Amino acid sequence: MAVIQVQRKTLTLVERAYLPQIFGGMLTTIKHFLRPAETMEYPEERPAIPPGYRGVPTLVMDPHGREKCVSCQLCEFVCPPKAIRIVPGSVAAGAGVDHVEKAPQAFDIDMLRCIYCGLCEEVCPEEAIVLQTQYSTSGYSRAELVNHKDRLYELGGTLPDKHFKWDVKKAAEERAGGRH
Amino acid sequence: MADFFFGLPVVVQAVVKGLAVILFIFPVAAACSMAERKVSAWIQRRPGPNRSIPPFLVGIPGTRFLQRLGLWQLMADGGKFVFKEEPLPDHVHRVYYTLAPVIAMVPAFTTVTVVPFGAYLDPHGGVVPLVLANVDIGILAVFAVASLGIYSLILAGWASNSKYPFLGGVRASAQLISYELSMTLSVLPVFLWVNEPGSSGSLSLARVVAFQSGTSGWGGAWFLFTMPVSALIFAVALFAETNRQPFDMPESEADLVGGFHTEYGAFKWSLFFVAEYANMIVGSAVFSLLFLGGWNLLPWLPLATLMEGLHHVTGWAFWLHPLAVGLVSIAIFVAKVLATIFVFMWVRWTVPRFRYDQVMRIGWQKLLPLSIANLIAYAVGIYFLQG
Amino acid sequence: MIQPATSDLITVTIDGREVSVPKGTNMIEAARRVGVDVPHYCYHSKLSVVGNCRMCLVETGMPAVDPATKAPVIDPATGKQRVNWGPRPAIACATNAMPGLHVRTTSPLVKDCREGVMEFLLVNHPLDCPICDQAGECKLQEQSAGYGRGYSRYIEQKNVKPKRTLLGPRVMLDDERCILCSRCIRFCKEIAKDDVLGFTDRGSYTTLTCYPGRRLEGNYSLNTVDICPVGALTSTDFRFKMRVWFLKQTPSIDAESSAGANTLLWSREGVVYRITPRQNDAVNDTWMADSGRALYKAIRGDGRLDCARVNGAESALDLAVKAAAELLLRGGAAVVGSGRSSVEEQFLTRKLAVALKAKAWLVSRVGEGDRILVSADRNPNVRGALVTGLVDALPSGRLDALGALIDSGSVTSVVSMGEDLAAAGLSAAQLARVSVIYLGTHANATSAAAKVVISTLTVFEKHGTFINQQFRIQRFARAVPGPAGATDDLVALSRLLGAVGRPIATADVGALWTAIASEVPALAMMSYGNIPDTGLQVDGTPWAGLPFAEGPGLHYSPAAPAGKEASRG
Repeated sequence: MAVIQVQRKTLTLVERAYLPQIFGGMLTTIKHFLRPAETMEYPEERPAIPPGYRGVPTLVMDPHGREKCVSCQLCEFVCPPKAIRIVPGSVAAGAGVDHVEKAPQAFDIDMLRCIYCGLCEEVCPEEAIVLQTQYSTSGYSRAELVNHKDRLYELGGTLPDKHFKWDVKKAAEERAGGRH
Repeated sequence: MADFFFGLPVVVQAVVKGLAVILFIFPVAAACSMAERKVSAWIQRRPGPNRSIPPFLVGIPGTRFLQRLGLWQLMADGGKFVFKEEPLPDHVHRVYYTLAPVIAMVPAFTTVTVVPFGAYLDPHGGVVPLVLANVDIGILAVFAVASLGIYSLILAGWASNSKYPFLGGVRASAQLISYELSMTLSVLPVFLWVNEPGSSGSLSLARVVAFQSGTSGWGGAWFLFTMPVSALIFAVALFAETNRQPFDMPESEADLVGGFHTEYGAFKWSLFFVAEYANMIVGSAVFSLLFLGGWNLLPWLPLATLMEGLHHVTGWAFWLHPLAVGLVSIAIFVAKVLATIFVFMWVRWTVPRFRYDQVMRIGWQKLLPLSIANLIAYAVGIYFLQG
Repeated sequence: MIQPATSDLITVTIDGREVSVPKGTNMIEAARRVGVDVPHYCYHSKLSVVGNCRMCLVETGMPAVDPATKAPVIDPATGKQRVNWGPRPAIACATNAMPGLHVRTTSPLVKDCREGVMEFLLVNHPLDCPICDQAGECKLQEQSAGYGRGYSRYIEQKNVKPKRTLLGPRVMLDDERCILCSRCIRFCKEIAKDDVLGFTDRGSYTTLTCYPGRRLEGNYSLNTVDICPVGALTSTDFRFKMRVWFLKQTPSIDAESSAGANTLLWSREGVVYRITPRQNDAVNDTWMADSGRALYKAIRGDGRLDCARVNGAESALDLAVKAAAELLLRGGAAVVGSGRSSVEEQFLTRKLAVALKAKAWLVSRVGEGDRILVSADRNPNVRGALVTGLVDALPSGRLDALGALIDSGSVTSVVSMGEDLAAAGLSAAQLARVSVIYLGTHANATSAAAKVVISTLTVFEKHGTFINQQFRIQRFARAVPGPAGATDDLVALSRLLGAVGRPIATADVGALWTAIASEVPALAMMSYGNIPDTGLQVDGTPWAGLPFAEGPGLHYSPAAPAGKEASRG
């Protein structure tokens, strides 16, 4: 049987009188009463953000100022609440990064939908979308809470890059010098 | 000045006294509500309300401290209650619905008048209590009038014409009946002892204090120490009577939404609120008078002795002036009342609410037998003591 | 089902399972029959076998026989005949069925082979998957999941090749991604008969190019994109538009001509992104024309009608139907059906014509057939009109006879099922003389002249069937919802029928088929549900004598010599 019968503990007279428990409880509360408050007074005091914190998802640039996102739309696909909307597009020629070929035309993250799960960051093959330390999102309208591409780059800024994958690729192309 | 006051027509005197009560109790009750919030916050290791401040006061020295104390929050809340919309639900009985909060206020303020709050020494060195209406029936008046307060809850519950308020009202009446008995029985030994055989009997609270003003023997000891069981029963019954946690069955927001005041809002609701705190203040005052020696500083150190001692030590005749005596006695008394109120709050934020059946069981099966046994024991004891 | 003659069947054993296949079947196809997938890149079932990707290597073997006695050698452990496995693996695509052939596709050697081939293919393959349009339907991606290494042992510089070469107006080549399978080259040579592609250079430098002075610009160029197993060839139209894993696939029919190529519509959230062919070995194999792939643009094209109109003013459907019925019931009505309507719509159009005692007309649209998948008859469903009895003769390209009736005053109102009457030869004066009721998708001169306009749905927005040149009835399904003010053609027709006093029970395709099956002899015993995805042959013999416009095409040869333009005009 899955049911286990447990005998209720019989209470002593002191316990049944209840008063010692009350006084014990009052002792506990008065101890807390005399200690300082634990509250963090938010706008003036800010919590320390631990490493690995998942804040607002942002788009980042590499140290050379190139937008890392190539609009592969994997984040849009993986996003559980469907907060991400991407309109893919091709990179305009002559910008110096046209060898990357693809970049988002529009990139919207609906912060009313976002659940800060970090799957977009995890799935991103270009390490372009990063959940950084920004945690406070507020606005007066729904539209305001949709982060567009400009805002996402503004929030994201520049992060160090280990690979410079596309720069390596461009260098190889130049080394080949048109001959292939 | 006193002569001028007593020279006034009785009606004017009554009006002045009434206004005094209102002007005193209202702010104090409001301050109690803020104190309650602060005490609960500190017990829970929070700062409590500390944000509100009128913009024009920002930066003035000293206002910061009051802001941290929540004073401006208190004012904002009060202002809000006055100015916010008065809802009048469609389904209520309009007359009684409006009447209920007023009825709640009347007994709360009326009982204040018969509670002595200090004393001065007359020219012969006798202690004269300070009280608005020094009636001989004292405690009986308090009990009788305070019990009327329950009508406001029942009326509110019934007039709201809604299930939860109705249940709250029913609970309030049942609870009052259950604990009123124990409460009255618990204070009887006090008056048995105070009214010695042969003296003219009196239920005056001042007399109880006078009894506790002795400098030696049983008389000087406070009743808290000579009658701890009575004090305990009275305290518990007081919690129940004032509908304070853990006995706030009529309100009981966890199971009754808001109980009797579910349908109330704005100023009407705030009247209930003030009445509750006024009841608490009066209850604390009565407890201080009965069991904590009233305006006496310490057991066996009555007011008169204290003042003469001060006069003796410092050599200032000023200490024997009636005004000084009055102020010192009021200060001592108010300190005791505030301490008692703090205990009220302390208990509220420590002990969870009882279930309704537990409340009934405690009242009828525990407190009532205990108070009867206590009464018999002290009656026998006092018989032998006073011979 | 009649069993084919057993002599044509050869039994081979694949992974221990015996399967009988026709003579000449290669091992990839044989394995497919028993549900075994042999990975491959260069092999395509509709193209010749070249065997240059080496991905389909399998182990083969023959039953052991005693060389002296020719008696089978029995393995004592299993009690069965032993198999002498070959020392080297063989490519499955070029290994045809032989009696008793044994094939192993899961042995360690085969796995080794596949991993080796994958590693070589990936040596110079760029890490482009995040930007590559093929990602999600890329064979290289799929197989690297099973046989890829996960890291690269290649420490040399990767080969760099041109990334964006325009081979033609619709096809873009990324040379780095090309794995040199030559499917596109073979397609152009064998199917499109337009031999423009070839390899230049050698070794790792091998590059796909067009022949000098030529471009890949035939009407079948986008099929090379479909069959490209990697992302080397991409469609300029679909390039970087949407990742394929978002797209919903809806089976449909190419409505550009009566060839009726089977297609897939790829849509996401009500937007069609591309059209690709769907395999139907009886109609289009795995091909379709480029022209048919652009048709989806009409959904959001200019001039789309998005509401019902009466005398040019926006109106509710009910009022438009009522106004139309009033015009029609005055007498002198004519109905111009359409070869672009579905069978169901033509069935209801005929009912409308009967109810109005009106003659039904049809407009033919004849172009030049390309002998593959664009037939001369550019109406996808003229045979549907014949089968449903809407018309009993082939239509002409002009409505001059109708014009004459209008001039004579015997026709005072015309219902047009999306046909532009002005383009079909009616003059503006003639259009002005009659009350035109236009049910169509896009605005034209007729809709402008019409008294009542009811906006309807394109073929991508509704369910229905077409009967193609082979008298094959094929279903198409709704991929995207129509615009807000548009009405399903069937609903509009059934409302019209109701308004003229001949209500029908339903406007739902499936339910309508009960009526169709009972009233149309050629379609008896059919229902919408039991038409397979690849279509169902309808008996076309009653109309065999008609001089159809179509010339020979893929899987189609006309019964009578084509090009009888003179017989209709």
